[in-house]
Amino acid sequence: MSLLNTAPEITLTTKVDDLLNYVRKSSVWYMMFGLACCAIEMIQYYAAPQHDFDRFGTVPRPSPRQSDLLLVAGTLTKKMAPVVRRVYDQMPEPRYVIAMGSCAASGGIFNTYSVVQGVDNIIPVDVYIPGCPPRPEALMHGIIKLQEKIRKEHYIRK
Amino acid sequence: MDPLQIAKIIEEKFAGQVLGTTTHAGQVGVSLKKDRIRDICLFLRDEPAVKMDHLSDLTAVDFSRYPGDAGPRFEVVYTMISIVHRHRIRLKVRVPEEDPRVDSVASVWQTANWHERETYDLMGIKFDGHPDLRRILLPEDWEGHPLRKEYPLKGY
Repeated sequence: MSLLNTAPEITLTTKVDDLLNYVRKSSVWYMMFGLACCAIEMIQYYAAPQHDFDRFGTVPRPSPRQSDLLLVAGTLTKKMAPVVRRVYDQMPEPRYVIAMGSCAASGGIFNTYSVVQGVDNIIPVDVYIPGCPPRPEALMHGIIKLQEKIRKEHYIRK
Repeated sequence: MDPLQIAKIIEEKFAGQVLGTTTHAGQVGVSLKKDRIRDICLFLRDEPAVKMDHLSDLTAVDFSRYPGDAGPRFEVVYTMISIVHRHRIRLKVRVPEEDPRVDSVASVWQTANWHERETYDLMGIKFDGHPDLRRILLPEDWEGHPLRKEYPLKGY
């Protein structure tokens, strides 16, 4: 193992990393966490025939224990914040989070007493998708950005 | 039935409880004292000519920043509709700030249960006789009533 850690670009480990990353990014199963109006655009994305999420290998799961990605779509209120944290903690690693919409990214226009100003105050976020609500094509762009991020990870070669 | 006739019926049946009747944009509002509001609501629901079987809305208004207003601070507003006769009316009850209590109408219309919980949660008006008066929108351990005028927008 120490040889693999010290030698920088051994062909074998690079190819294994590439294969693992390709496999991981092609089947990102997400937990649908629609909280508010952005959920409609998320539903449009995976259920409607015009934009089809499934062709990227993503499958909606109802449980966090079966998913790689937590797709937080909508306004997060302070009453809901411990629930989001608990759901995120239940996800097995490697796990990713996408904050969809302005409210999930930064609180949106609701700078009030009951809204958490951005879901990244509670859980770590990988991709932010702005919009109110973002079009399904914007969500597609976000998923592709997440796939590019997964592609650059390395597990064998530290 | 014309809503003004309903106001007249209330005035005849409950003498001395009606403080005034206002009309705006075709909508009639009857200002009442808060002593017998539950009896009045029961009468309006059961009287065959009136038959107000649907409580459309139950909410409260804070008049503390209203220019030129000198009365009690809160006003509880009941908006009710008759599905049978297709008429509607609004009842308004002023409640003072020192003792913000009104009789609950949850036993008259079941929908008032959650509406009164919301009014208690956001305005702090207590409803006597409510079966389960606790916060409904905010977390249970929240302090303060956010829709009052002195509560800051971003909270504390």
